[in-house]
Amino acid sequence: MPRPSRLHVPHAPARPGEAPDFSYVRLTPAGTVARPDVAAQAADVENLAVDLIRVLDDGHRAIGPWNPHLEVDVLQVGLRHMLLTRIYDDRMLRTQRQGKISFYMKSTGEEAVAVAAAMALRPGDMLFPSYRQQGLQFVRGAKLVDLMCQLLSNTRDMCKGRQLPVMYHSVPGRLFSISGNLATQFPQAVGWAMAAAIKGTDDLAATWIGEGSSAEADFHHALLFASVYRAPVILNVVNNQWAISTFQGFAGGEQRSFAARGPGYGIPGLRVDGNDFLAVYAATEWAAERARKGAGATLIEFVTYRAAAHSTSDDPSRYRPKDDAERWPLGDPIERLKAHLIGLGEWSEARHEALTAELGEQVGAAWKEATTYGTLTEGPRLDRDLMFEDVFKELPKHLVEQRAQLRSERG
Amino acid sequence: MPQMNMIQALNSAMDIALGRDPAVVVLGEDVGYFGGVFRVTDGLQRKYGQHRVLDTPIAEGGIVAASIGMAVNGLRPIAEIQFADYIYPGYDQIVSELARLRYRSASAFAAPVTIRTPCGGGIRGGQTHSQSPEALFAHVCGIKVVMPSNPYDAKGLLIASIEDDDPVLFLEPKRLYNGPFDGDPNKPAVPWSTHPRGEVPDGHYTVPIGKAAVVREGRELTIISYGTMLHVAEAAAKALGLDAEIIDVRSIVPLDVETLTTSVQKTGRCVIAHEATRFAGFGAELMATIQERCFWQLEAPIERVCGWDTPYPHAFEWEYFPGPQRVAAALKRVMEAR
Ligand SMILES: Cc1ncc(C[n+]2csc(CCOP(=O)(O)OP(=O)(O)O)c2C)c(N)n1
Repeated sequence: MPRPSRLHVPHAPARPGEAPDFSYVRLTPAGTVARPDVAAQAADVENLAVDLIRVLDDGHRAIGPWNPHLEVDVLQVGLRHMLLTRIYDDRMLRTQRQGKISFYMKSTGEEAVAVAAAMALRPGDMLFPSYRQQGLQFVRGAKLVDLMCQLLSNTRDMCKGRQLPVMYHSVPGRLFSISGNLATQFPQAVGWAMAAAIKGTDDLAATWIGEGSSAEADFHHALLFASVYRAPVILNVVNNQWAISTFQGFAGGEQRSFAARGPGYGIPGLRVDGNDFLAVYAATEWAAERARKGAGATLIEFVTYRAAAHSTSDDPSRYRPKDDAERWPLGDPIERLKAHLIGLGEWSEARHEALTAELGEQVGAAWKEATTYGTLTEGPRLDRDLMFEDVFKELPKHLVEQRAQLRSERG
Repeated sequence: MPQMNMIQALNSAMDIALGRDPAVVVLGEDVGYFGGVFRVTDGLQRKYGQHRVLDTPIAEGGIVAASIGMAVNGLRPIAEIQFADYIYPGYDQIVSELARLRYRSASAFAAPVTIRTPCGGGIRGGQTHSQSPEALFAHVCGIKVVMPSNPYDAKGLLIASIEDDDPVLFLEPKRLYNGPFDGDPNKPAVPWSTHPRGEVPDGHYTVPIGKAAVVREGRELTIISYGTMLHVAEAAAKALGLDAEIIDVRSIVPLDVETLTTSVQKTGRCVIAHEATRFAGFGAELMATIQERCFWQLEAPIERVCGWDTPYPHAFEWEYFPGPQRVAAALKRVMEAR
């Protein structure tokens, strides 16, 4: 008789019908983690991959060595971008439910991870996001209408109808084309950073990956190349606890933090409260300074929570407790920055409400305009001939023929 | 007999395999607790436990490689790749390892792995949820490649694949999961319960790998297709009132050459239809094979109806998809050729 299985199978902390359990999330009080020199050796700062870098304390005050001491207007801009991201996400989800767009993915609860990071970088830095960092778009000046036209695959769609919704890009915003294939952007960002180093510019690259996707080999290619060449790159792992139905333990998070992958490759790993706008900003600033100095890459794990469904095709109540998000110990990034600003006497409920209304109107007006350029169900529609373009720079003969065949088919 | 859709039929096949053979394991992204993003493995973990139905990290290369190792150690893994579009991180392990292990070791080692993966378009999935990569695998020596077009065949072929001692890539045309599809997206969806092949026995049976099915006998021309396009082609021929012989390839590797050539030798005319891109698509192999063996019986050039040679575009799904119009035009040309 064989012995019973010795295989270890990670266990989700809580499933539907059970009480949420976040006891596995190792917390460190705000302000207690030292901020080393940006040129530190990975081996000397391994504690940063274990502890949790936080700036905002339970009373929403900014404390400790990682406090980036931002001006009030910067904080207010950050709040605005995060709030816009959330309102945009909520509205676009509704348009999907109305059948106006085919698909959508929200970033609810993770707004700081994109917004604060992008604000801590320079406009020349190149960003390689996954599909859940729409906040980057707003910081980099994307127009709502342009983003919406992409979602609508309409006549003004930047992707000319080629991509699923949310797979944006921006050349002036230095935002790389988002791929539906997970993890591919991670080592590409390293290559971009290597080129920046070769060319002798001051620019760096930053990239984002879900903790689930960090299981792909591409993640390891990125760390290795970044380490070998000390590439000026910031490698962000967004640990939002869930990869569709699969919890972070299946990506290796049960044994060690994702940040701890960095030291294994000789890259400092920072474990950061991803719902703390100031901590995200500070960690990114540290990593950026390090990269620009030529000290190499940083791996940052942002500990956060995916508060919404994975996508419009997903129903999280099938695999996690309904009140999981509410019990998340690191709170909500917008609420926390808002409370911080109110504590500083630089914000109020009334101003927040007014801003919410203003942004809601902006989003509404942009949607109205965007839909005049067409929706999934109503014209005007993109010219179907566009389907054959951009496969190559120049249309090859066989595609000229296929285009003609389609024209004759459809008259 | 019970009615099943393709999802239920596939689930039933795995249920039976897991029940009959303790060496069978199921693994893949979201397949365990959740039961898969298309629900194909629904309930299997609850029934067979976490040690036989495993959620995995998101690493297709790891899933294929681990399956090889498990198989070499006596298990019979059924690996799910969430979408065929995401199989490429596992491509090296499939092409260089899984497919060639038996050959390079002179059968000292073999890996009876079944890789299931949903393929094909028609679900507004854009370029990363719509691909038909069968030709990329058909070109590799040492892995069988099959694609069912209905629940009955899905179950029987999947059991045959799991029981096969060689690796099998099992492609599931996801547009057919819930019902047959004639290529007109504006018509209301039809469930499998309306289709004779939606009748699926509860118990164990196999549909042999390497055997095509003559879905309809006819005399005027032969239509060769598989997966979703089989239904599209069938509808197109019917609309034209043609007495077409319709063949479901089912098994891409190995290919049932005899069934195909016997039919074309009889009808003298042939149209091939698949969703995948045309250039170097599997249609080219079918065409070459028929030309080699039926040249003297052919009364018209063979035609291929395929996807255009572009990535699968989100906004132009129904201009891209080789729908009934494109099939009908080809059928007419082939019928009118003298
Ligand atoms: C190579 C590849 N494999 C699988 C998928 C299917 N898929 C899309 S998103 C996803 C989960 C990703 O989770 P995570 O990386 O944690 O990011 P999150 O969605 O939580 O932001 C999966 C499995 C894919 N898009 N690409």
